[in-house]
Amino acid sequence: MDLLKIGGKEISSRLFLGTGKFASDSVIPDVIRASQAEVVTVALRRVDFDDPQENMLQYINKECILMPNTSGARTAEEAVKIARIARAAGCGNWVKIEVIRDNKYLLPDNYETLKATEILAAEGFAVFPYMSPDLMVARQMRDAGAAAVMPLGSPIGSNRGLKTREMVRILIDEIDLPIIVDAGIGKPSEAAEAMEMGAAAVLVNTAIAVAGDPAAMAGAFSLAVKAGRQGFLAGLGEARPYAEASSPLTGFLRDRD
Amino acid sequence: MSNVIIKINGKTTEIKEPLTIRGLLEEKGIKPGEIVIQYNGDIIDKNRWPEILLKENDELEILRFVGGG
Repeated sequence: MDLLKIGGKEISSRLFLGTGKFASDSVIPDVIRASQAEVVTVALRRVDFDDPQENMLQYINKECILMPNTSGARTAEEAVKIARIARAAGCGNWVKIEVIRDNKYLLPDNYETLKATEILAAEGFAVFPYMSPDLMVARQMRDAGAAAVMPLGSPIGSNRGLKTREMVRILIDEIDLPIIVDAGIGKPSEAAEAMEMGAAAVLVNTAIAVAGDPAAMAGAFSLAVKAGRQGFLAGLGEARPYAEASSPLTGFLRDRD
Repeated sequence: MSNVIIKINGKTTEIKEPLTIRGLLEEKGIKPGEIVIQYNGDIIDKNRWPEILLKENDELEILRFVGGG
């Protein structure tokens, strides 16, 4: 069986699911079921006393691995604080580091993310840094003890697909950690492409959350991730500049071709 | 009975003593099963919420899990 060994666990689903932006949290159980995801991300926020909402953890199957993110953090220090709170709240020791200071493109601050990764890995967290795909920083993340690296495909929530394809390919080639493409994947075909390239997993949120039928889209992503993974394992044929006949061209109609 | 000023989620708030963390949550209508409390920088276990009496200049962070990617 093709299990993904990651963060001290073994999982079979290579589709990680984000839980933001759903029209209602109550659809999340159906979405998780259809996606077959075993890893689910959540965020921490201050309670708004004027608008107390429901506890969203009630919608997440207890067998799922929770991966709290540090969204809202603008510095390593803030990310570390959020991670510690989430662990103390009983979320386990997985954490997605997300340090963002840019509000237009929501691109991660690799430097602060690396600092947070170093601190939290030393504290025994399984650290999943969300980063811009940069080989040198990815190596530093690995050396700092990251459990995986999570390069973005395109800006968060943009549904623009694998714009960073060539850089992600380099990380897959060079970094001996699972590479999880996180952010920007807008269609099942793009998830399949990431998996065909050899990504260990993909993290999808917006594309599923804003779909006309989120549970059906979750099912489509699940199939795409499996197909892409199987394609990768099967060994893709080489791309060539010219045609190479699939049927024999020499025939019996004339003596010479 | 006197009033003290504490900070809740970054906002200065006046409360009437004596009030425990648990009492404050009840007053605010927050169900205890769903939240995380940081009290003067430390995360406080649920069992201790009924014991801790809030005092002047205390800082409370009351957090919950929400959807996120």
